[in-house]
Amino acid sequence: MLADKDRIFTNLYGYQSWQLGAAKKRGDWDNTKDIIEKGVDWIVNEMKSSGLRGRGGAGFPTGLKWSFMPRESDGRPHYLVVNADEGEPGTCKDREIMRHDPHKLLEGCLVAGFGMRAEAAYIYIRGEFVHEADVLDAAIEEAYAAGLIGENACGTGYKFDIYVHRGAGAYICGEETALIESIEGKKGQPRLKPPFPANVGLYGCPTTVNNVESIAVAPTILRRGGAWFAGLGRENNTGTKLFCISGHVNKPCNVEEEMGIPLKELIEKHAGGVRGGWDNLLAIIPGGSSVHMLPKDICDTVLMDFDSLRAEGSGLGTAAVIVMDKSTDIIRAIARLAAFYHHESCGQCTPCREGTGWMSRIMARMVTGEAELDEIDLLLDVTKKIEGHTICALGDAAAWPIQGLFRHFRPEVERRILAYKKSRNAA
Amino acid sequence: MPDKMGDKTRLEEAHSHKVSWNQAEALQIIAQYASLKGGLMEALHGLQYFFGYIPAESYALLAAGFNLSEAEVYGVKSFYHDFTAAPKGRHVIQVCQAEACQSRGSRALTRHVQNQLGITLGQTSPDGHFTLEAVYCLGNCAVSPNITFDGRLHGRVSADHMDHLLKKVAL
Repeated sequence: MLADKDRIFTNLYGYQSWQLGAAKKRGDWDNTKDIIEKGVDWIVNEMKSSGLRGRGGAGFPTGLKWSFMPRESDGRPHYLVVNADEGEPGTCKDREIMRHDPHKLLEGCLVAGFGMRAEAAYIYIRGEFVHEADVLDAAIEEAYAAGLIGENACGTGYKFDIYVHRGAGAYICGEETALIESIEGKKGQPRLKPPFPANVGLYGCPTTVNNVESIAVAPTILRRGGAWFAGLGRENNTGTKLFCISGHVNKPCNVEEEMGIPLKELIEKHAGGVRGGWDNLLAIIPGGSSVHMLPKDICDTVLMDFDSLRAEGSGLGTAAVIVMDKSTDIIRAIARLAAFYHHESCGQCTPCREGTGWMSRIMARMVTGEAELDEIDLLLDVTKKIEGHTICALGDAAAWPIQGLFRHFRPEVERRILAYKKSRNAA
Repeated sequence: MPDKMGDKTRLEEAHSHKVSWNQAEALQIIAQYASLKGGLMEALHGLQYFFGYIPAESYALLAAGFNLSEAEVYGVKSFYHDFTAAPKGRHVIQVCQAEACQSRGSRALTRHVQNQLGITLGQTSPDGHFTLEAVYCLGNCAVSPNITFDGRLHGRVSADHMDHLLKKVAL
């Protein structure tokens, strides 16, 4: 279990003020000048040695990502973009950071921005997060007034600006290239890669897009050293992580824990256990709506980190743990997710635009059992045809929950279809 | 730092009264963001806030202001759910329909307010007094069910609380 001294987000629950004075007491903005003066290479190397993997879902090593930025500017400015478009169902960690600890994020922007020679950071925040955007704006104002960012950030002579950009209600804008398009004032439709944002990103300039949590942990890592962070968790899955536990637990919560904590321990220790006891558990979606669900027998033993969950055919994603007990209509739950992805598909790629609609309609019939047994394979075939055939990962994200349902609960669906047929024949 | 919201009090004043189409105001809002890189979204936010919707008359002005085609402006406007094409009611109520609020009674609350107003989600009452909308997660799950009433967030909203809010702005 994570010791209090190793916690990064010490104001996660908002027991203290988010403002600069309180943030400084918690250790934010403490000698940031010192970190910056150690230089770009030191920062990137320290991030690499910390083993931090991106907290937005894909788990790409953050230090490596920063090192992709061109070493010398070819005249174009560099940008850092922070992805605060937290729309993944079940995920609620970034909003707590922005609401209660915005200065961690801002300091992270400065050191990360310096590490990639950026001249400005854009924080793209979800339109629904009105209060969080207000807090961020106010925190940025405080930081400017205190000379922490701006013309002469922290007295280092380095010029760095931070802007907040509000989204307008589109889930797809959480995809990095769609997010870039949206900041540019266009439709949020993902771009084909390559070229990758590190070469051609925001306004055609080298850009790195990072999740809020990845950026917010950076100052603490640089202050305490990459080796400290690498000493937590398991090899290749290092450090601490915010877990958002929701659903059928006694005490839903956000909690910072070491990577690689057993899923069962996480839920029993922090969320008060599953409603009605661990044996009442049906399934868990361990990383936000886009990953495969895990049935109880896997949940008994699985560890919460990128590699262990991948080995079970799922993923850590955003670490949004959605717990479902035996009262859940699992088919209806997945049908709801299918409807969500249908609604949020941006319409650019045909397999996703058409396929999410087909999947959603077939799933809606499976809820009542109004389907044929053959349609299960048809539906799985559709998911396979979407997966990997689209520009961005929304297609994959829409396909995986359905594949997960049939991998673990196919007999349940078949039972329902047969029961419906029986009731029709009787009538 | 750049003043992105511009003249905030003037905007808030307009927001509370719901003004009708006014070309000079629209041009002023557009001019505020025209020099900003990627300012189209901000300008649309500004117009939506000021007029309560994106008036069709503004497409040509936006296109000229940002050196885009009207089709591109329309494309962006129609892509995002927050930008609406029709005027909303004088009072806009959003009821959260996301998971956490549903599990704490937002569906019953939605039924209640639908009955009270005689409209369903996504509709505006015939007298133009209320617009009822669905919203998906205001990030306030701990005190669900949540609503926004004219842009103000309310948590732990009971049927009684809702009636109280409705009564305050009743005709």
